[in-house]
Amino acid sequence: MSATIYVPRDSAAVSVGADEVAEAIAQAARQRRLELRIVRNGSRGMFWLEPMIEVATPAGRVAYGPVAARDVAGLFDAGFLEGGAHPLRLGPTEDIPYLKNQERLTFARVGITDPLSLADYEQHGGWRGLRAAIAMRDRDIVEQVTASGLRGRGGAAFPAGIKWRTVLATAADQKYVVCNADEGDSGTFSDRMIMEGDPFVLIEGMAIAALAVGATLGYIYVRSEYPDAERTLRSAIAAARDAGLLGPSVLGSGKPFELDVRRGAGAYICGEETAMLESLEGKRGMVRPKPPLPAIAGLFGKPTVINNVITLASVPIILDRGARFYADYGMGRSRGTLPFQLAGNIARGGLVEKAFGITLRELIYDFGGGSATGRPIRAVQVGGPLGQYLPTAKFDTPLDYEAFAAAGGMVGHGGVVVFDDTVDMAWMARYAMEFCAIESCGKCTPCRIGSVRGVEVIDKLRHPQAQRRAQNLELLRDLCDTMTNASLCAMGGLTPGPVLSAVESFPEDFGLPRPAADKAPR
Amino acid sequence: MYSVKEPDGGTPLRVSDQLVTITIDGAPVTVPAGTSVMRAAAEAGVHVPKLCATDTLEAFGSCRLCLVEIEGRRGYPASCTTPAEPGMKVRTQSDKLARLRRGSMELYVSDHPLDCLTCPANGNCELQEMAGAVGLREVRYGTQGKNHLDLAKDESNPYFIFDPAKCIACSRCVRACEEVQGTFALTLDGRGFDTQIAPGAGNFLESECVSCGACVQACPTATLMEKSIVDKGQPDHTVVTTCAYCGVGCSFRAEIKGAEVVRMVPNKDGHANHGHSCVKGRFAWGYASHPDRIKTPMIRTSIDDPWREVSWDEAIQYAASEIRRIQGAHGRGAVGAITSSRCSNEETYLVQKLVRAGFGNNNVDTCARVCHSPTGYGLKTTLGESAGTQDFDSVDHADVVVVIGANPTDAHPVFASRMKRRLREGARLIVFDPRAIDLARTPHVEATHLLQLRPGTNVALINAFTHTIVAEGLHKEDYVHARCEHAAYDKWKAFICDPRNSPEAMEEATGVPAAKVRAAARIYAGARNAAIYYGLGVTEHSQGTTMVIAIANLAMVTGNLGRPGVGVNPLRGQNNVQGSCDMGSFPHELPGYRHVSDPAVRALFSTHWGVPIEPEPGLRIPNMFDAAIDGSFRALYVQGEDIAQSDPNTEHVTRALRSMECIIVQDLFINETAKFAHVFFPGSSFLEKDGTFTNAERRISRVRKVMPPLAGLGDWEVTVALSNALGYPMHYDHPSQIMDEIAKLTPTFTGVTYDKIDRLGSIQWPCNDKAPEGTPVMHVDEFVRGKGRFVLTEYVPTDERTSWKYPLLLTTGRILSQYNVGAQTRRTRNVIWHSEDHIDLHPHDAEQRGIVDGDWVAVRSRAGETVLRACLTDRMQPGVVYTTFHHPESGANVVTTENSDWATNCPEYKVTAVQLVKVAAPSEWQRQFGDFSARQQELLPRT
Repeated sequence: MSATIYVPRDSAAVSVGADEVAEAIAQAARQRRLELRIVRNGSRGMFWLEPMIEVATPAGRVAYGPVAARDVAGLFDAGFLEGGAHPLRLGPTEDIPYLKNQERLTFARVGITDPLSLADYEQHGGWRGLRAAIAMRDRDIVEQVTASGLRGRGGAAFPAGIKWRTVLATAADQKYVVCNADEGDSGTFSDRMIMEGDPFVLIEGMAIAALAVGATLGYIYVRSEYPDAERTLRSAIAAARDAGLLGPSVLGSGKPFELDVRRGAGAYICGEETAMLESLEGKRGMVRPKPPLPAIAGLFGKPTVINNVITLASVPIILDRGARFYADYGMGRSRGTLPFQLAGNIARGGLVEKAFGITLRELIYDFGGGSATGRPIRAVQVGGPLGQYLPTAKFDTPLDYEAFAAAGGMVGHGGVVVFDDTVDMAWMARYAMEFCAIESCGKCTPCRIGSVRGVEVIDKLRHPQAQRRAQNLELLRDLCDTMTNASLCAMGGLTPGPVLSAVESFPEDFGLPRPAADKAPR
Repeated sequence: MYSVKEPDGGTPLRVSDQLVTITIDGAPVTVPAGTSVMRAAAEAGVHVPKLCATDTLEAFGSCRLCLVEIEGRRGYPASCTTPAEPGMKVRTQSDKLARLRRGSMELYVSDHPLDCLTCPANGNCELQEMAGAVGLREVRYGTQGKNHLDLAKDESNPYFIFDPAKCIACSRCVRACEEVQGTFALTLDGRGFDTQIAPGAGNFLESECVSCGACVQACPTATLMEKSIVDKGQPDHTVVTTCAYCGVGCSFRAEIKGAEVVRMVPNKDGHANHGHSCVKGRFAWGYASHPDRIKTPMIRTSIDDPWREVSWDEAIQYAASEIRRIQGAHGRGAVGAITSSRCSNEETYLVQKLVRAGFGNNNVDTCARVCHSPTGYGLKTTLGESAGTQDFDSVDHADVVVVIGANPTDAHPVFASRMKRRLREGARLIVFDPRAIDLARTPHVEATHLLQLRPGTNVALINAFTHTIVAEGLHKEDYVHARCEHAAYDKWKAFICDPRNSPEAMEEATGVPAAKVRAAARIYAGARNAAIYYGLGVTEHSQGTTMVIAIANLAMVTGNLGRPGVGVNPLRGQNNVQGSCDMGSFPHELPGYRHVSDPAVRALFSTHWGVPIEPEPGLRIPNMFDAAIDGSFRALYVQGEDIAQSDPNTEHVTRALRSMECIIVQDLFINETAKFAHVFFPGSSFLEKDGTFTNAERRISRVRKVMPPLAGLGDWEVTVALSNALGYPMHYDHPSQIMDEIAKLTPTFTGVTYDKIDRLGSIQWPCNDKAPEGTPVMHVDEFVRGKGRFVLTEYVPTDERTSWKYPLLLTTGRILSQYNVGAQTRRTRNVIWHSEDHIDLHPHDAEQRGIVDGDWVAVRSRAGETVLRACLTDRMQPGVVYTTFHHPESGANVVTTENSDWATNCPEYKVTAVQLVKVAAPSEWQRQFGDFSARQQELLPRT
């Protein structure tokens, strides 16, 4: 029996040499006349260990990492095919605490299976949710999703079931399911990991959504910077269609569902759902006013389910294991799990899927191991570039949509970006405005002009010999008020979040006195 | 932008049976469901600040000035994009809203040049107005920030500037280009702060822009601004009037400074155009004050004599004495007149009255002879009324639109935009045309079927089309049974079902594949509402009348008459061609299409006019020419028509003109006909007189005097003076009195008065006791003639056929920027788009003849020869060539023949067998024309 070795194909692993490692292993095996099966799996999401290879042993999979091509000969020499000892040996994969302490529902298969193997997918529980859905009435599917408490994982956290119910209830000759895979938040990668590491779960989730609302056509709008994800999705869709899982009769149900991939336009704003619809229609990606809701008049004016990758990828397990199973995870109105993504200045960056309720401190210290530089962590931005900069005082807030919002934060898409104590928070505030200026669609005035003026005002404040500091601070606050309350979409509306949080929590970086009562330990 | 504030509800009117009541600042207001909060507020008299919203465009939601508070809702929704919902409680004013509005306004102004005092929009700028409304007092961002103030102006368009430094990126222009005009020439380029309006890749002139003015109209600032306003400043008052170009009859507000027009803006309340315009009506009015205008009457004995400037009195006395002299010598019938479709109903009525009562004969005809005379005959025969059946708004209800022999995007652009909007909404389009006209494929519109037939085979094609419907049983037998004459129908049904009329049998003649004809016919028959729009490609044929009848047959047999969304709609070419026909301009008909042979009708007019009316029809225009050549017709009064350029077979026409002893031309300019004239009455433009025009939808609209006549008299006053000099007294103080007389004598006009037109804006005839406010859709419960009548339409090929000598077929038409003979548009900056006429041909035909794009090519027919520049285009089918006739030196009608419609003598302009040959010099005719024109120029008084 030949040995099986897993070398991730995830672009995070590839970017640090996974392809070279795979090639080196194949070459060494040929030289040593060993028969080997190399499976290019998804990533387990422990990026500081990538490329992390695994060897199947009778006792389970054993991990080695991070492996470079030059390590390969030594690994063979150390008998790694049998799990032999080596300085890079990490032990049984499942015992690595980072992984062991997670609650992987959506990511259950990622890193374990060959992403493009239908057999692997089926063997690891694939299509069970879809089969269950086919046996159900459309409104019962919607009911299951509603009861699970699943909320939109793209950031807005709108209950998925309610959105689906609206689409189901809107009569039309054509309905669509659109997957928003324009994952643009800085420091996030969970969508990409699903698309590269377990594309069938997304396809299955979309097929279930289609059955639930009566849609027959679906599109996945993939970020243009994700060529590997796009390729993987296209291959997976083709394989699913060949196998009758998509097409005129999904799994023999007699119900049609066709799915296609569209490459994004390379703009952050195209991740905003209405701008995405414009872009999908072939137009300039500009935000549409709501109403009408896309659930009523979405793509090409037809009722459209729009959900993020993680939302849709979480649906199969809900249909498979039942709403209650999923809802048992989490806290408050935040049910289930969220794949958090640790990035920035952090020792152990990667993906951590946990039930809602974990605190930021647990995430960045217990999982993340503190900063990569070893210096004290000063601020964390949660929820992407529009999320607030949180000071250490808020690290014990549980990651739950409501609790986090109450603390002035935003869970968003689950991105966690860490900064150590060398960070200039005025610069980061400027960056938030600049990001908005660069990515604004240019439609509404507060965002189009306001973001540019925001950069300029912050520059005035940052100037060492700044004049009229109080007036400019007031102007910045007024501008933020206009942007928050008058912007057309969340892009302009949420940009003041990071800006004002930086001013509030780190006033000294703006040359302002720190309120005495608010001295937090650094 | 409008100079004088017109109400602007901010978002378009919604029509709904459901009403919604909401409160605005405590006051209840009830609006149709779907109405925005902004518009509901406006109806309650509350004007929420706005910049990106205007009621001709769908809401966009970008300026964020119109935010309101709604009880029970989070945040500050934009009132333009929020629909009113029952029970909503809206607050439009609060301290918070005031702060937010000022915040957005402060941002706008931080990127705007603060040169209000020297800005052409000063006093009429929405940005300025909103800054005032929201109470902006300072711009705290300063002036050192990033901005667009250094962007260069684009002055390439002859009529308006584009100054991006003043742009607020509200996208109103882009949306107007898309939603209103349907050209999609403008786009937003760049993103974020760099978002800019872009006319494609280059400047406005090089772009797809058709200069309709919709973007200029929509712009709330001085970014898109008329050059006339830049030059002259803002107007001081406005007068509502009607455009004098095509038969769409757009309502305009003439904006005036003193007695000078500084801008023409389309009237939002105009029922024909709803605030839209085209390059001609909107911008090409400069001819009215062109130096070529003749302002003094002139006479001469011979056309080889110099013109002599005389007083009005002398000119009129001279003309009258000549008419009487000729009548004395050659009989009462030796004189006649041609009325103008460019003049008002009142003026046209007076000219035919002058002929019938003053000259004492029926020798009156009009230019409809050469355009829509078959429409009058064909529709009167089948349906009972010589006019289109619908209003323009009807197209909003059509599910299938059939365009036959018409080119609306060029010739009826404002209606074309309307039609395109309906097509973008999903109505399907079928086009019958030898050419691939723009409408067949234009942004977001594509014809389901373009039936590209050979010129001259209209009747064959429509017979095949109708055959499919009836033979396949797709017609509405019930409708026919209830509304049409049975015997005639049975006979017709047998005829149309005969295999000789099948698409397969007709394929060889038409060149259109039978399967395509059948597919298109099934679409027409299957539509809930199918409407036919047609133009001169139908009428200007030897079987023009047959084709009009065939169209009426098709509409009747499918039940597509008598309600909105359907009908038979001739797109009339000239502003008042419908009116000139209505007013009795034909030699056989008195006003209201009543035959002169009818004793009761004659008695009515005789009694009223106090003279006997000749019972025999008079001469048609071609008969006048023939009679002139044989010596029996010697004097002609031509009001506002250029027969020397516009009528077919130019050499025959000029021979006739040279044969006459007294030609009286009344026109703005020395046109081609005036070069053969003995008396010249300087005409008055539509800006210089009161009156009415009747458009293609039978809509009577007021023309209002904006400035005094340059020559001292309106055209109608000259006709009155001539009549009085001839001894037939006429007396009117004002054109309204002429309309009163028309109303008294014409059953379809009984209820028309100037007061009523002023009150309603416009009136579609019939307007009488049965329809006191007019008739948008005709033939609703029954046809005007009672039962609809089917008439057989046997296809008879024209005699004009290709041969080895003339192997190509020439067809003619118009383009957007020029108008007919071009007398007006050639005297405007429109020449930048079309400075000469070309001959369009297919590259295959060019290749065979060694012709390349831009070559001089002789176009030869059996009638004559002219030389034009070649333009190669696959818009043409091989074997068919095309030209326009806007420039006299092109001599398009030197080539066209005397062939004409069997019933009405409408010339067969659309089919002439020709050969094309590459040449190096103009034709002999063109050389002679040049010499003659130069000589005539020398005979004009030196100024």
